[in-house]
Amino acid sequence: MSNFLKVKNLDVKFSTARGLLHAVKDVSFELNSGESLGIVGESGSGKTVLSRATMGLLTMSTAKKSGSVKLEDVELTELTREELRSKWGTEMAIIFQDPMTALNPVRRIGAQISEGPRVRMGLSKAEAKKHAIELLTLVQIPEPEKAMKKFPSQLSGGMRQRVMIAIALACSPKILFADEPTTALDVTVQAQILSLLTSLRKKLNMAMVLVTHDLGVVAGHTDKIAVMYAGEIVEFAKTEDLFRNVRMPYTEALINSIPRITTKSGTRLPVIDGRLPDPTIPLVGCGFAPRCKYATDKCRTEHPDLVDAGNGHMYRCFFPLKVMN
Amino acid sequence: MLLSPESDELMAGSGKAHLQGGENVVLDVQDLVVEYKTAGNQYVKAVSGLSLDLIKGETLAVVGESGCGKSTLAKALMQIVRSKSGSVKFRGESLTDASKEELRQLRPKMQMIFQDPVSSLDPRFTVTQIIQEPLEIWSRGTAEEQDAKINELLNSVGLDPALVRDRHSYEFSGGQCQRISIARSLALGPEILICDEPVSALDVSVQAQILNLLQDMKDQYGLTLVFISHDLAVVKAVSTRVMVMYLGKICEIANSDDLYAKPRHHYTSALISSIPVPDPTATLHTQILQGEPPSPTDPPSGCRFRTRCPAATELCATEEPQLRELSAGQFVACHHPRD
Repeated sequence: MSNFLKVKNLDVKFSTARGLLHAVKDVSFELNSGESLGIVGESGSGKTVLSRATMGLLTMSTAKKSGSVKLEDVELTELTREELRSKWGTEMAIIFQDPMTALNPVRRIGAQISEGPRVRMGLSKAEAKKHAIELLTLVQIPEPEKAMKKFPSQLSGGMRQRVMIAIALACSPKILFADEPTTALDVTVQAQILSLLTSLRKKLNMAMVLVTHDLGVVAGHTDKIAVMYAGEIVEFAKTEDLFRNVRMPYTEALINSIPRITTKSGTRLPVIDGRLPDPTIPLVGCGFAPRCKYATDKCRTEHPDLVDAGNGHMYRCFFPLKVMN
Repeated sequence: MLLSPESDELMAGSGKAHLQGGENVVLDVQDLVVEYKTAGNQYVKAVSGLSLDLIKGETLAVVGESGCGKSTLAKALMQIVRSKSGSVKFRGESLTDASKEELRQLRPKMQMIFQDPVSSLDPRFTVTQIIQEPLEIWSRGTAEEQDAKINELLNSVGLDPALVRDRHSYEFSGGQCQRISIARSLALGPEILICDEPVSALDVSVQAQILNLLQDMKDQYGLTLVFISHDLAVVKAVSTRVMVMYLGKICEIANSDDLYAKPRHHYTSALISSIPVPDPTATLHTQILQGEPPSPTDPPSGCRFRTRCPAATELCATEEPQLRELSAGQFVACHHPRD
């Protein structure tokens, strides 16, 4: 049950024209089977690189990776490219933010969904077609037989994302990475897709990593949340615990910046001033210190470690916020 | 089904009960119809007989799902897309009857900012050139005056002129690019600023900065804002009035605080309940709206929302609801409004 996914000291650097860019810094986390984890952070915080590195999708020569990723006790970082490829789709699958560019515009939906099952599961053409129709039904696409013959451009954004989910689930993966799956969608469709993902995850007992910049999105749809800042996990907790007992000032600021319908018309919204530190410059002190209203000299000169408050709630702060109860 | 435009216009429209009239109306829109021709030689009414008045100094939010016609409305307000029928008047001057050149002369008074701030800036221009271009086209002031204006605008939008003026758009983050496009849109001193999903492409943390900035600019430059969004939560803080649109028509229009406190249209209430709440204990999406809006090429008869509405009856299929005032300043087009 436990130790389904174990990420240890994962570290990713990219060599760029401006120097070495440290995108993910010594990140460790664990996930049980069937569990869902939210990875939350601003653009550039390293959340996407972390999820891609976990899946082994960072194959470009500029990426320097170290650390260990174990899926059911198999060390993924030591697999050959071909061995790793055989895990994609069947054990790990991913869906992306923009369903339009992720789908092939000149192939019919049916062919795109059938491809994985035919190659990975060895299904015949007829079997794969039947399977694809079942998948389209599973992701609640109306008139699945008709949809099979359509091209992505004939579908709305929400329907395309459903097709992406169908493709990802085609070979029954044990874990699904969803990278900002609803950011390009309307709020109404976002609510539909999130509840679809959650119900599918429970039905198929699949683990899920939901990557997003919006804490509101993960609140009702994850068991645990990792908050990332400047390539590091700065807070990690069970979802309810995180919202009830925020310890990290950055997380608090992120929660406060979510637009709410309870805000009075004409009021100023709380903001996080400034921006993420330059990832090509090594951090001195806490990365959030320049934007933090509680920061002291210590925060600016010493780098805080990730400490456990007990009950698995971890935070990276010298002066954590007080627990409410 | 091919709708004959004439007969459709004579059919029930969305009503005009909500029009306020008076001296403070900067933009007066009556029975606006915008049509697009589709591949199958059909006509799609993106905006379908919509009336609206924009009052000086207000921020009117226009909210609805993809395909409801909100962006088309934004463009039609400026007559970037020409309307099929109906009128748009800017301070009594008709835009719909204006020639291309007359429209161009009016453009400095009405400016627009867009969803994707990066692609709406010319990547070969420096920030200085981006903001100077409108000033040069309209020969506003001497070189020194233009220079001072650029510095003033950049300072207003929270960018340091010394650091940004010689740089290009690709050197900036999405939030900073949106600041630059706001500075550009204000260069000619517009009265109306139309913002088409200005924060949808931005991180939550940056959204709030841009929303605050738009409020500041509104106060500083005396703007009237039209704010287009699909997200009712985003527009709450900045809007004074909110108009909810569905398939080219108005569902509900009301003062911002009233609309959120007591949405009367079922669609408004469904939009509100789709907003993700940053509270894991909250009852999730009590009212998820199923499906997607029907095709505007063949809208449902009667009330356009009836196919997804929990309260729909036979009446809704046969008779189109007119906008009516249910409480002071709150206008709703629904046969069976929520209590």
